[in-house]
Amino acid sequence: MTVTLTDDTSRPAPPPASKPRRRGGPRGRAVAVLFALPALLLLGALVVYPVLFSIGRSLFDASGTRFVGADNYTEMFHDPATLKAVRNTVLWVVIAPALLTGLGLILAVLVEKVRWATAFKLLMFMPMAVSFLAAGIIFRLAYDEDPDRGVLNAAVVSVHDAFAGTSPYPTARAREGQGLTQQKDGSYRTGANLSPGDTATLPLVGVLPADLPSGAKPATARPAAPGELRGVAYLDFVPGGGGTQGAIDRGESGLPGMKVEAVRDGRAVASATTAPDGSFALTGLAPGSYALKLPAANFAQPYDGISWLGPTLVTPAIIGAYLWIWTGFAMVLIGAGLSTLPRDALEAARMDGADEWQIFRRITVPLLAPVLTVVFVTLVINVMKVFDLVYIIAPGPVQEDATVLATQMWLVSFGGGNDQGLGSALGVLLLLLVVPAMVFNVRRFRRSQR
Amino acid sequence: MTAVRRGLSSGLVQAFLVLIGLIWLTPLGGLFLSSMRSAEDSAKGGWWTALLAPGQLSFDNYAALLENSGMTQAFWNTVLISVPTTVLVVVLAALAGYAFAWLHFPGRDVVFLVVVALLVVPVQIGLLPVAKLFGQLGLFGSIPGVVLFHVAYGLPFAVFLLRNYFAEIPQEMLEAARMDGGTEWRIFRQLVLPVARPALASLAVFQFLWVWNDMLVALLFADSSSQPLTVALQSQTRQFGSNIDVLAPGAFLSLIVPLVVFFAFQRHFVQGVMAGSVK
Repeated sequence: MTVTLTDDTSRPAPPPASKPRRRGGPRGRAVAVLFALPALLLLGALVVYPVLFSIGRSLFDASGTRFVGADNYTEMFHDPATLKAVRNTVLWVVIAPALLTGLGLILAVLVEKVRWATAFKLLMFMPMAVSFLAAGIIFRLAYDEDPDRGVLNAAVVSVHDAFAGTSPYPTARAREGQGLTQQKDGSYRTGANLSPGDTATLPLVGVLPADLPSGAKPATARPAAPGELRGVAYLDFVPGGGGTQGAIDRGESGLPGMKVEAVRDGRAVASATTAPDGSFALTGLAPGSYALKLPAANFAQPYDGISWLGPTLVTPAIIGAYLWIWTGFAMVLIGAGLSTLPRDALEAARMDGADEWQIFRRITVPLLAPVLTVVFVTLVINVMKVFDLVYIIAPGPVQEDATVLATQMWLVSFGGGNDQGLGSALGVLLLLLVVPAMVFNVRRFRRSQR
Repeated sequence: MTAVRRGLSSGLVQAFLVLIGLIWLTPLGGLFLSSMRSAEDSAKGGWWTALLAPGQLSFDNYAALLENSGMTQAFWNTVLISVPTTVLVVVLAALAGYAFAWLHFPGRDVVFLVVVALLVVPVQIGLLPVAKLFGQLGLFGSIPGVVLFHVAYGLPFAVFLLRNYFAEIPQEMLEAARMDGGTEWRIFRQLVLPVARPALASLAVFQFLWVWNDMLVALLFADSSSQPLTVALQSQTRQFGSNIDVLAPGAFLSLIVPLVVFFAFQRHFVQGVMAGSVK
């Protein structure tokens, strides 16, 4: 490794005062300037000057003509859009680096225990080669809300449906004027005028013949035995036309698998599920009058999974994509630190009967603390500047919910906001946020030179 | 007994890591499969359906992409931006790094500390002022403008990296060369650069990928005729969903070069990225 983030690299190179004096003359100095000049000119014109310019520009209004002092900076914390950006950036900084460092640490420790560690590290590091744009497209695709397109919702929906089941007839509704009325909760009810021994027909429409369950049979109404309430739920539609509304005609199909309840005084007292021909029987009913109810669960819309890219989840979702990119980095860097740990200490602890968890907590983590700090700080700096992922993954209408400092700075300056005063102030804020890192770098460098 | 438990726990560890590895591979695999499916198939079902119906897969989207002059132009623009940037950064940083490590000029150490401080300056702060500057110079909306901006923001890290590497060259080697009457230029070319080859390679790989993958800088400084692949694809994400058959192969095309570089130069890549992460 050439230059790592830890202190072990740059060797001091103190040029002794005696020998190179020959080169210190005017000609030597001119040569030195020629070597350094191209880089320094570019740095001066395109980095140093812009920093100074931005600081100055941030003190002027949108058009750049009126001096407004710190107004742009106070506006930053009052304007709802920029305030949202500040909040989201805080959220990013609080969540992402800690998660990444933790995940990297766990994986770095675990991967030491398998023989294919190198292959695994390579695989995990690979996303670092991928542009944020490509990663953004990948995850925009993965987070798609339609379970037929987004892999995450496809997984979520299949797990959900495996446990909660699917509603059989999301599109069905009752034939109007034939005794069934829709309730507020989406269920359907008959009038409370049925008694044991009666047979009811429950005509429904709105199911495409192609959507009928494969086991469905033609509807048949059988007479009820004494003490039971019978009925049939069927699709009141004859393929090819004809038939009478509200009556069971030849060729009309039963609706199997529908839940039916007998309701008395507002309470369900019995329930049944319809047979392949749509018939059902509710038994064990006391004499009296009942209403039949088709609960709303029969008609529930299919579960479509989680709105990953909706306003509430969009930031965590984008952080998820960020984890995919950076976990390998954290793991490899921590792994490099791990390999420098004194083997003796670990072996001695093992000899003393310490279990793996104790070794991890009492020895590995404390010894790795400097590396973990460097990883964490590096990630904080990078997270504060995140731009592309947010810009690509958050769909247009959700941009304002996902916005962070870097995207907001872009929007305000170039993306329609057109307020270069506020834009410059946001840029300066980004710079101020990394000043601690700047001081840290300079200090570390000077220390390494002693 | 402990052996059994060890075996069991190592089995669990392996299973866990395999699971993580599969999760990490899925996004790229999904993109690749998506890139090989027609728009109609993509509208009907997710890429995973292609696992059971491999007949859906074809290179038609890629063929269409190569016919799309906007995309091929953007691909070449990406090359025309990243290659000169990489060369310029490496050359300029090597020259400056040598001056900072082994030559003497007034204020050298202070200037170098400024360079170290510039390591973490976010590119965002340069966008607006440099855009104005380039507007006056006629560089705005052109490939040279994008290149210059990238070079400037790549230099602090590059100079830092190379100066530190050069400083580790044993003093006796340089002094001997100087005694033999070699000019600084010859010493730089024939002694320093060959010795520093690993550092130069890591820097080049890192810098190349950084620029190849950039979107933000080009989004501002490139116009429609000089835009790289990332910007061309970004404009396609507006109607996300209806154009997966363009976006997915485009994204895959944009990441195939970095992946090849990654697998060809694994070590340099990892070292370059690790060192460059201070940015």
